Parts: sequence; structure tokens; C-alpha cells
Amino acid sequence: MAGYCGKILRVDLGTGEINKEDLDIALARKFVGGRGLATYLLSQEIDPGIDPLEPSNKIIFATGPLTGSRAPASGRHMVVTKSPLSGTVASSNSGGFWGAELKRAGFDLIIVEGKSDGPCYISIKDDTVEIRDAVKFWGKLVSEVTDLLVEEAGEPKARVLVIGPAGEKLSMLASVMNDKYRAAGRSGVGAVMGSKNLKAIVVRGTGKLEPAKPEVAKEVLKKVRKKIKENDVTAKGLPTYGTSVLVNVINELGMYPTNNFQKSYFETADKVSGEALAEKFLVKNVACYGCPIACGRHSKVDGVEGEGPEYETLWAYSADCGVDDMAAVIRANNWCNEYGLDTISAGATIACAMELYEKGIIKPDEIDGPPLKFGSSEAIVEWSRKMGAAEGFGAKLALGSYRLADEYGVPELSMSVKKLELPAYDPRGVQGHGLQYATSNRGGCHVRGYMISPEILGLPQQLDRFSLEGKAIWVKTFQDLTAVIDSLGLCLFTSFALGAEDYTDLFNAIVGEDWTAEMLLEAGDRIWNLERMFNLKAGIRPEADSLPKRFLEEPIAEGPSKGHVHRLGELLPQYYEERGWSEKGIPSETRLAQLGIA
Amino acid sequence: MLVEVRLFATLRNGRFKKREIELSEGSALDVVLERLKIAREEVGILLVNGRDASEKGKLAPNDVVSIFPSLGGG
Repeated sequence: MAGYCGKILRVDLGTGEINKEDLDIALARKFVGGRGLATYLLSQEIDPGIDPLEPSNKIIFATGPLTGSRAPASGRHMVVTKSPLSGTVASSNSGGFWGAELKRAGFDLIIVEGKSDGPCYISIKDDTVEIRDAVKFWGKLVSEVTDLLVEEAGEPKARVLVIGPAGEKLSMLASVMNDKYRAAGRSGVGAVMGSKNLKAIVVRGTGKLEPAKPEVAKEVLKKVRKKIKENDVTAKGLPTYGTSVLVNVINELGMYPTNNFQKSYFETADKVSGEALAEKFLVKNVACYGCPIACGRHSKVDGVEGEGPEYETLWAYSADCGVDDMAAVIRANNWCNEYGLDTISAGATIACAMELYEKGIIKPDEIDGPPLKFGSSEAIVEWSRKMGAAEGFGAKLALGSYRLADEYGVPELSMSVKKLELPAYDPRGVQGHGLQYATSNRGGCHVRGYMISPEILGLPQQLDRFSLEGKAIWVKTFQDLTAVIDSLGLCLFTSFALGAEDYTDLFNAIVGEDWTAEMLLEAGDRIWNLERMFNLKAGIRPEADSLPKRFLEEPIAEGPSKGHVHRLGELLPQYYEERGWSEKGIPSETRLAQLGIA
Repeated sequence: MLVEVRLFATLRNGRFKKREIELSEGSALDVVLERLKIAREEVGILLVNGRDASEKGKLAPNDVVSIFPSLGGG
């Protein structure tokens, strides 16, 4: 049973019942854990067709078998539920220390169901679990309430997972924060906690986690740590500059989305780059649980210290909104952390509103804040705050760019897939990555199959970013491998240095299995198909495997990627074929049976 | 001929961000690396006018050369 704790914690907020159930270990292994196992349980326990904000939705906080182990960067947990933003399955991943603490308390995952009558939180001290009143914490910002909850726990080492006011007010962009600054950011998972009147989960665990094969584990850990220490990306690039070192790369390639993707090159990107952050605002690097990479940044502005901004955040608030003011980006990022908002979707929604405003679709007299003009530092900071507080026009923005643009009759101006805002790479400049956007099971997302790695960074090998050749199989393989990494409870960034064989060795040594890399990748394929089936049952049709019209019809106007559109129409049939799906994108019974999920 | 050279991340240390460099006609990219004392193993991404380039590739007047160390993110 090593790797897994063997216990599920089930909390019904409607009845107040708390149950500790045995985990079916064979089932856990079949779906690896974390994202895979939680998606399976969610599929079994809820009707995918329900309204995500109804009490019948469930929210699962899941660790993987490697979470909290001695494997490098093993501090990840997943928040799995039906997304209120996209209507798809949501599996939002976060780092920090909370997941590892939950394992030490003896639980692999927590299933929260029902709705509490009033604000509450869940307190876990090893085996002792309580539902507590949270009236006095409701409405409070993330950093303050985190400190208050640690104090109330009387355990300085307690770890806190919490929603901010955005989640309480059911913003579709609400994140679930933990350890103050880490976010399960995407898909609006914070709103599901809010809909259940659940403010926080506080955990203190004192157990020990031992690998199944200690001697083998020692050797494997030595090998993978060495790879991470010797890899330029994990040993130099990420520790020195954090994720935002990518700003200049992506901009120089002419695929850095600017002004809501109307342009693909941002003239003054260097002022708001990883280099500029390191030069002027960086206080220190920070690492999550067990992480030798330490890509996290502590930055400071106006005397306020906070974590971030990450590459995606930096892009959403700078280039996408046309702003080249780093201090303003950090302030906006801080509001997102405090109110509990996804920085990608929040920044991208402001960018969408700016395009609508500049085109005269949103009228000046409709808004109760700064003019929504590209380049306005004041706008990104103040609208982030208003979005978090659901104040005035900010409440409209808090529903995301798709619902905003749709309300004005121009849904095509929302740069999203399946209503989830796209991240910081113009798909016209990187074909495989664009295919991954269109097919990701949670919508417009870059971390379900990070094709930037081979298409831009040359890892594990360099692919031509404009070519279509072989891209469908690359996307499938990356999606499957990522599903495994997420389900193991490891950070995706380890994959810059590690491959499928390394993950298999880690899994075998810690869980006590004897799997091959093929078996592990097949588990990834299984998880992917399971998510696909959830979405189909939820009414998300394959036609939603698409990109905004702008990318399919308007060639990039200038810069190094000039003249390119995204060629999804050519790639998608190849992708469906690689997946063993029908021409219409439906998994066949045979394929599902092969994967053991028919 | 003149080419514009842009350096990023750690390659800026002790060098510069952006500079025009005079080269003899038909020079290849490796001449730029040599001139700036950048070892091949320090280079992760090499672009000419925003397109992937090899160090043996010949440069043309007014080309923009962007040099990055190995890096990643997301």
C-alpha cells in the first residue's frame, strides 16, 4: 500500500456527516491517483449534466501516490469537480505544501459534497476531522484569513487551502488558493467551494510516508535528482528567472499575444520580462514542497511582498492588456491572489473588455471604473479588484470573457476554448500547441500537453513550429504523459528533465509496482478518455474542439510569424485517428473497452 | 554589413541587451557567437528574424539575431 495512504475522507456539508473510507488500491492504481482517480470517482458519483453550482456537484481534493514523497517536486494536489466556467470536468493543479500535509494526515483525497447552511471550514489534525463555523472568516482576503486560520488551529505548521471573496461570490474565475500564494487557478473551482459555503480546509499531519522499495527508491531518486541538477532548464533557467524568462522568447518568435490577440508582438515586452522582474522587483526565489528547482518568485511593490507574477500572469496583464508597467502587473497579481482569482482568465477577460470598449461595443457610461483602454495601468489594477469584489461592472467581468462577449453579441471576441481563456502563446505561430488548445479536456489551457517544449524549446527534440507533420501523435503523447504526471502528484516542470521511463521508475519504487513506461502511458490515455467521456455526457460536443475564428481566419499581420493562421481543420482528423476515436471525435466502445473504462 | 544582436537572460551578464554589430559580408552565425565569446553549449535558442537558425547559417545585412540560453517555463 505504499505511495497511497489508503483512506478517502468524505465530508457531507449538508448533513454534517464525516466518513473515512478505505481506498480501493487496485482502482487507485488503475487511474494512478490525483487527477485520474478523482475524475473516475467524480464520473461515478455525479451526473455530468448537473448545474456545477448546485449542491449535487462534488469537489474532490486529490493527491497522487508520489505527493509528499521524497520524489522531487512532489508537492502537487488537484482540485477536481465540474467546472462552472466551462461545464467540462475541471482538474485544477496546485503546488505548495498543502497536498503533502494532507498525505501526512493520512488521506489520499477528500470528497466534499452537499451544501452547508452557513459559512464553514474543515479542520483536519491527523485522524481528527471537524466541520467548523467560518462566519467570522467569510469575506476576508486570502493572506489575512490564512494567518487567522493557522492561529485558530493552534498549530503553526498547519497548512491552509482557502477561497477568497471571488469564490464566495461565485465568480466563474475563482481559484482555490493554498499556502497563501499557490493557486489551483483554472476553471472556476473556487466558485464550487463558494457554492457549498466552504471557506477553507486546514490540515496538519504528522505521519510518515515510506516508499515500498527503499533501496530501489534511493537509487532512482539519486538518478532523477541528478538529471534535474544537470538540466539547463531546471538547474539554470527556471531557478534564475522563473517562468517569466519565456516572455522575450515567445515575443521574439512573434507569437506573444498582444491586445487581446489582435497582435502577436509586443514592442516593449522587455520592460515586463523575467529579466526586468529579476533586476528590479525580485526579493527571493521560493520553492514548493521537495522542489530542487525553486521557480517561484517573491516580488515586492509598494512595500507589499507577494508571490509571482508567473509568465502567464505577466503576459495576461502586460501584453494582452497592452501594459508595459511591471509595478501595475504586480499590483493586479496581488489582487488576484488576495481575492482568489485565476490570473490568466482575469487578465484575459480585462483584455477582452478592452477590445469591446475600444470598438465601441461597451459604452463608457456603462462602466463604473477607469476607461478600459489598452495600455492603462490603472485599468488592470482597479478592474482586478472590482472583479474580485464583484463590484459594479466588475461583477460582469467576474463571469469571464466568453459570457461577457456573448452578452454583447460578439462571442468570437472572447479568446477562449470551451469558455476557458487561452494562455500566452498565439496558436497561429505554433501548430501543435494550437491543436492541444482545441482538444484539451478543460478548454483553453497550456498545461494539458505542453507542446511549447518540443516546438519552441527543443525539448526533448526540436520540431518545426509551423509544420503539421507528426504533430497529432506528439500532442496525444504529451497529453497522456501529462495526465500521468498530474495523477502521480508531481510538478509538470520535472518533465523538462525527466521522461516516461523516469516516472515509471519513481512510480514502481515508491508504490511497489513493476510497470513498464507503456503501461504508465496507457494509464494516461485511460485518464484522457475518461475525461472526454465526462465532457460528452455533460453535453460538451466535439464541435467545441475548436479555436476562436480569429486564429482560423485572420493571418498574423506582422512580425516573425506573419502570414500564418492555425490549420486546425487539417490536424483535428489526424488527432481523432491517433486517439482511436470516430471521425466525429467520439471514443469507440472498442477503444474504451481496451482501456478498461467501457 | 550590420546585423542587430539581441541577448537575453544570463547571456546579458557582462555583455549587453541589444547592439548593432559590423560583420564581413556572408558571415555565418558562429562568427557572432565567437565575437561575443558565447560558447555553443551556453546557447539554447538561436533565432534569425524570429525563425530558428543554425550556427552555420549565413547572415544577411540588417538581420536580427536573438540568442537565448536553454530555458523553459509556462
